[in-house]
Amino acid sequence: MQNRELVIIGGGPAGLSAAVEARRLGIKDVLVIDRESEPGGILKQCIHPGFGLHIFKEELTGPEYAERFVREAKNLGVEIMLDTMAIELTADKRIIAVNSQEGLIEIQAKAVILAMGCRERTRGAINIPGFRPAGVFTAGTAQRFVNIEGYMPGREIVILGSGDIGLIMARRLTLEGAKVRCVVEIMPYSNGLTRNIVQCLEDYDIPLLLKHTVVNIHGRKRVEGVTIAEVDDNMKPIMETAKFIPCDTLLLSVGLIPENELSRMAEIQIDEVTGGPVVNQRMETSVPGIFACGNVLHVHDLVDFVTREAILAARGAASYLADSDKKYDYVPVVAGDGLRYVLPHRINIEAMPEKRQTFFMRSVKPMAKARLSIESEKGVIKSRVMRYVKPSEMLSIPIDRDEMKGIKILKFNLQEEGDSVERGE
Amino acid sequence: MLDVVIIGGGVVGCMIARELSRYQLKAVLLEKEDDVASGTSKANSAIIHAGYDAKPGTLKAKLNVRGNPLFDIICGELDVPFKRIGSLVVALNEEEVRALEELLERGKSNGVPGLEIISRERLREMEPNVNREALAALYAPTAGIICPYELTIALAENACQNGVEIKLNSPVLGVRVENGGVLSVRTPGETLYTRYIINAAGLFADEISRLAGAEDYRITPRKGEYLIFDRRFGGIVSRVIFPTPTKISKGILVCPTVDGNFFIGPNSNDVGEKDDVAVTQQGIEEIIKGARKLVPDLPLKHVISSFAGLRAVSDTDDFVIRASKKVKGFINVGGIQSPGLSSAPAIAEMVLEILKEEGLELREKNNFNPKRPPIFKFRHLSNEEKRELIRKKPAYGRIICRCETVTEGEIIDAIRRPVGARSLDAVKRRTRAGMGRCQGGFCSPRIVEILARELGISPLEVTKCGSGSEILKGRTKEFIETGGVINAK
Repeated sequence: MQNRELVIIGGGPAGLSAAVEARRLGIKDVLVIDRESEPGGILKQCIHPGFGLHIFKEELTGPEYAERFVREAKNLGVEIMLDTMAIELTADKRIIAVNSQEGLIEIQAKAVILAMGCRERTRGAINIPGFRPAGVFTAGTAQRFVNIEGYMPGREIVILGSGDIGLIMARRLTLEGAKVRCVVEIMPYSNGLTRNIVQCLEDYDIPLLLKHTVVNIHGRKRVEGVTIAEVDDNMKPIMETAKFIPCDTLLLSVGLIPENELSRMAEIQIDEVTGGPVVNQRMETSVPGIFACGNVLHVHDLVDFVTREAILAARGAASYLADSDKKYDYVPVVAGDGLRYVLPHRINIEAMPEKRQTFFMRSVKPMAKARLSIESEKGVIKSRVMRYVKPSEMLSIPIDRDEMKGIKILKFNLQEEGDSVERGE
Repeated sequence: MLDVVIIGGGVVGCMIARELSRYQLKAVLLEKEDDVASGTSKANSAIIHAGYDAKPGTLKAKLNVRGNPLFDIICGELDVPFKRIGSLVVALNEEEVRALEELLERGKSNGVPGLEIISRERLREMEPNVNREALAALYAPTAGIICPYELTIALAENACQNGVEIKLNSPVLGVRVENGGVLSVRTPGETLYTRYIINAAGLFADEISRLAGAEDYRITPRKGEYLIFDRRFGGIVSRVIFPTPTKISKGILVCPTVDGNFFIGPNSNDVGEKDDVAVTQQGIEEIIKGARKLVPDLPLKHVISSFAGLRAVSDTDDFVIRASKKVKGFINVGGIQSPGLSSAPAIAEMVLEILKEEGLELREKNNFNPKRPPIFKFRHLSNEEKRELIRKKPAYGRIICRCETVTEGEIIDAIRRPVGARSLDAVKRRTRAGMGRCQGGFCSPRIVEILARELGISPLEVTKCGSGSEILKGRTKEFIETGGVINAK
């Protein structure tokens, strides 16, 4: 049994950012466990630019963004255990991990940061009818094949879902000489960042078919085509509109799910909406001393926000390590009208790691103009008008400690406002 | 000259192969696909039925009841998980309660042990998630669950170890008959001369029988569709939950799997083609509707996969297991629909009896080994065992499939064992890698790499399920026709 101060599970952007911050805060013993042979997580295969605009004020590729943290982590003496998979976590912070050199490793940690990231929703999860041939990939798997392994998953491609990885792959595969026939999205709006719609689809004349879905997959051995159809307002396919599109590959970009198998083992409370742990102002889960950040907590749109959240988690872990017995009373944070969720789920104003707390949230639908209002039991404490809100882009708002003094509840509402400005997708 | 050629590597063919491997004879099993258990045996309800369902006096009734208790021995010898969890037929109205009485009587005359009708109170206690409107249930304690392809693969491995040659990718193209008796079987690669042919070709048994000029019967494919759920919800039922059966089918059920998931299905629809395993939207809706009658509160957000299988339904309404009267040495084992899996051990016994009657001398070997080489399932080991295993072979310390905790060591074993895996699906069936909630999203690129390395082939040649199902289409840059320059608009 090894005794460690802070163990971070996952060496992607969340885990590395948290590790760097933890060392800077003076935590001496920081161990990152990662199952791959190189740190960096999914960023390693994200070779497109667009990362770091908020944190570094410049545009980096995924590997470049990761590299900055890897280098910093190494400089600061963070121990990164690679090719190692954590297979068990208990509520009293015991971790079992395996690798081929050391075999089975048992670790007792004083504090733990969960940074396991997320996985992609699959064909099964969305129940696409048809055969089960080769040639159906999630967008991220295809991205790994192309960018890491150097292989093409297909020549003629249909993409279901307009999540960001799907959009990025539409461009990537086009640049590699494949023909992307179309991107099919069941919702009346796209599920990716606006900049990706423009730079990955419009710039390459790839059609985006909104309110459409794949209703059948053809081909016994390899995909030979898909049938797509328009959907009605209840998302039911209108079969009269069905048409066959020949292709050899179907990519799925239909959502991401936080990977919380270890969290569940540790009996950490999970929010069914985000799919991640319920956390407080310092990203601490329902189990004291276990923190969470990045896509394991909720799915992010930009890696920069992952880093910010990880910094908060590291600060939380540092203050926990300094005083682990402190008990807190919490103010509940409620997602009201127009919002799917708000993070953190609850806060203690005295114990905020910074003098202002940034709240993250996602809207339930696109709105050209909306008013975000935050109210306590005493009434509205803050409100702000937001433009071009869409569910795919995370919203955030900082609130000063002073604004929240003495409140008992914090409720966020997002209301659509008139004078809407027309805008195309 | 061979003694026996078995056509078909499903559970029946492999069970027969293993039984034959006890004796001093030369036998070959031919399978048209790139793996055994590639047809009906890989996609069915995975239940070892108690045996109350079939009409008394039929082969189905007799062989099911005889086969059921044999699973403890076979699965023990072959280290195949088998759980005798029992089954419940649920009655939702008075008419169905009366039908339960009939089933009970039928079960008794078939010789099924331990059957009883239980009250709604007891049912609720046993299965709290079953529809609260249920009035009573028929409880059959001897019913069990198994993984049908794991069983089939284990049987093939053990038969192979004991001297039966298993030839994959070997569709039968012709059967030669001379002087009214079997002479040879032709595949794309060779002609095999043999004294006996056992036709266990599943959905295609009618075509093989016709090819040999033996008895004419017809196999109709009847599709059953299924939805399988995340393991997190595996505890929703503890036993196999059936509705009260109709004339054509046992109905849509809710059933745990030996791997800790649960599934709903199957429906039952005749289809035109013997390879139509497409899942349909109507089918999905039909099984959800059916399953909800039994368990109203299903975690539909946590479906991990859907699949369809085809039952081989014969026009004789019973199993067709007999020596041909037209072609000496040709034995039909066709129309093996439900309860075919449950009956498989007894079918194999019966086939051996027929072979004896037809003049095959069965002399026991003294070196038959009923056990297969030990199989390591990392996720089922204790921490001490895990530690020891990794120390002996470091590849067991590299976890490839994180959803099901499958290590590189297990994947290498799956490829190197007798009747080894040659494709992604074959690895999946042997190790469960790719069968979890991410459905291979993370591990498939790594398994492609391991298969390519172990088989000494290019990743471009690695398939999902045999030739024509290659995973990858080329190297990057290969498809660029403009010499690497593509202009954005």
